[in-house]
Amino acid sequence: MRGTFVNTLCELANADDRIVLLTGDLGFTVLEPFRDAHPRRFYNVGVAEQNMVGLATGLAEAGLIPFCYSIGTFASLRPFEFIRNGPVMHHLPVRIVGLGAGFEYGTSGHTHFSLEDIAVMRSQPGLDIVAPADFEQARSALLETWNGANPIYYRLGKDDRNTMPGLEGRFALGRAQKVRDGDDLLIFTCGPVSLEVAAAAEELARDHIESSVVVVASVSPPPEADIAEALAAHRVALVVESHYVNGGLGSLVSETAAEHGLGTRVVRLGVRTGGRGRSGSAAHMYSRHGIDRAGVVRSARQLLTAARG
Amino acid sequence: MPRGTTYEHAVRKLILDQSKRAHVGHVGSSMAIADIVTLLYDRLLKGQDPDDTDRDRVVLSKGHAALALYCALALNGHISSSELDTYCADDSLLGVHPEPELKGVDFGTGSLGQGLSIGAGAALAARIQGSRRRVFVVNSDAECNEGAIWEAVMFAAQHKLSNLVSIVDMNAQQAFGYTRDVIDMEPMADKWRAFGWDVHDVDGHDVDVMEDVVRSLDFESGPPHVLLARTDFGGGVSYMRRQIKWHYLPMSDDDYATALSDIQIRQTERKPASGQGANGAVAASPGKRGRKAKT
Repeated sequence: MRGTFVNTLCELANADDRIVLLTGDLGFTVLEPFRDAHPRRFYNVGVAEQNMVGLATGLAEAGLIPFCYSIGTFASLRPFEFIRNGPVMHHLPVRIVGLGAGFEYGTSGHTHFSLEDIAVMRSQPGLDIVAPADFEQARSALLETWNGANPIYYRLGKDDRNTMPGLEGRFALGRAQKVRDGDDLLIFTCGPVSLEVAAAAEELARDHIESSVVVVASVSPPPEADIAEALAAHRVALVVESHYVNGGLGSLVSETAAEHGLGTRVVRLGVRTGGRGRSGSAAHMYSRHGIDRAGVVRSARQLLTAARG
Repeated sequence: MPRGTTYEHAVRKLILDQSKRAHVGHVGSSMAIADIVTLLYDRLLKGQDPDDTDRDRVVLSKGHAALALYCALALNGHISSSELDTYCADDSLLGVHPEPELKGVDFGTGSLGQGLSIGAGAALAARIQGSRRRVFVVNSDAECNEGAIWEAVMFAAQHKLSNLVSIVDMNAQQAFGYTRDVIDMEPMADKWRAFGWDVHDVDGHDVDVMEDVVRSLDFESGPPHVLLARTDFGGGVSYMRRQIKWHYLPMSDDDYATALSDIQIRQTERKPASGQGANGAVAASPGKRGRKAKT
C-alpha cells in the first residue's frame, strides 16, 4: 500500500509542482523514487514530527500541498496539537501520512502500534480520515483526495500485493463500499485487517452464513447514509478494526446506529487491552486480539447464536 | 494618530486603552513588544495587503500578546477602530490570542512553541517558490522552554533559511516566575549561535537600532537570523516592571492613569521611563532619527 501510495504521489508530483514531501526520517527503501524525481520538493526533516507538521502548515499557507510521512503513532500522536492548531485551525491542505495501520509494525512493539490514531483524528472537525483496505483503494483514494481543501490523515498499511475481494479499488469520500452481500450478518471494516474479514466471510459462507461486508475507508467525512442504510437492513452487525474499540470505526458505526434510532445490535471487534509487553507479527497480534479470520468467525457465530436466542 | 505621536507610543496607548476597556490581562506581555511590533508594522514589512500572496509573513508565536498585533493592524488600517473595540467581546475575532480568521493575521497562535516551525515552513515555501519574501517570527524567552522551538531552530539552520528572522522578546519573565528562576535560558545568544543561527543581541525598545540590524541582514544566503530583543516587561509602565502579576492582571482605574502618565512621559522625553531593562539592557532610547510614524 505504501509503495503504491508513493508511486502515485510521484505521478501527481510530476504533473503538479505544489506537492512537497516531508518525512520524519522514515521511508528508507520506500520514498527514494520521490526523493530522486523531486529533490527540491523532498525534505527529510529529521526525527522531529512536531516541526514537520509546523513546517507543513507554513508551506500550505503559501499554496503548496505538503505530505508528512511517518509511522502512524509518530505522525498522529506526537504532533497532534500541531495538527489541531495548524492545518485544522487554519483549514489548510496538509496531508499526514501514517504508516502501520494497527499492528503492522508488530515486532516493534507497543510504541509502534497505531491503535488510537483514528480516534484522535476523528475528534477534529474538518480533518478527513482515509483508511484504505488495500493498495488499489489507496491509489484511488489518493487520486480522488490529494487536491482537496481539507487537511487529510491517510492511514496506510504496507501490503502492495493482496487485494480485498470485491472492492476493485473503489473509493469515494463520504461513501462506504459494499464488497459482499448477505442477509445473515453485517460486517464493517477498514484498513489492512479488512482482508481478514474477507477470509472470515468466505469461511462463514461455507457454513451457509451469508454476510454483507462494508468497507469504510472514508472514516471522515463519515459515510453516514451508507452506514445507516446497511444497518437498517440487518439485526446484527460486527465492526472489525485494528484499533482500540474506543473512538474508531466501531464507535462511528455505534454512534450512527444510535443517532438514527436503529435497533441493530452493534458489536465492536478491536483492541480492548493495552500494551502488556508482548509483541509479534501482525498476524499474531490480530489473533491475540480476536480480529484475525478465526476470531471474526468465532465472534460472528457467537453473535448470531445470541441473536437467535 | 495625533501629530507628533510616534507609532510606538500609539501602539502603547491603544494597548492600554483596550486592556482597560476589556478588563483583561496580558497587558505587560503586549506592552513589552510594542516596539517590536512597531519595527515590523511601521518599518519593515513589505506588502502588508493580506491578499498579496507575496507579502512578508509574520507569526506572533507568543500569541498571548496579540493585542499589540491588533493595535498595529488598526494603526495600519487593516482593521477598523470599531473592530478593535471588540477586543475580548463576545463573538469577536479579536480574542486574547490571534485567530487566522482575522484579516491581517497570517497564522493563528496561542499554544507556545509552535510558531517557529510554522515560520520555518513559510520561509521554506518562499524558497521553493522562488520568492524573496521574508518571514518574521516573534518568540519569547520563556517560549524557548518548549522543545519544539529547538526542532525548528535546527531545521532552519540545516537548510540555511536566511529569509527567516526570529525576534525573541527577552522580557525575562514568565507566567509564574522569572525566567532565570524557572528555566534559565541564558546564555541565550550562545545557544542560538551553537545551533548555527546569526545572532544579534539588541535593545528591544530601540526601534532604530533593531531596524538597522534587520536592514543589514543577508536574506539571500547564509543562516537564519535571531534578534534577542532585551525588553522591559510592561514596555515602560513603571509599576509593571519586573512584576510577575502583570502577566495576568487587569488594570484598575488608578493603574490605567499611572500607565498613561508613564507612556506620556516616555513619549515627551523620548527617553526611557526607567533606566535599565530587566536584563540589564538599556530600555528604549530616543529615536535617533526623530522618525515619526507614518500617517
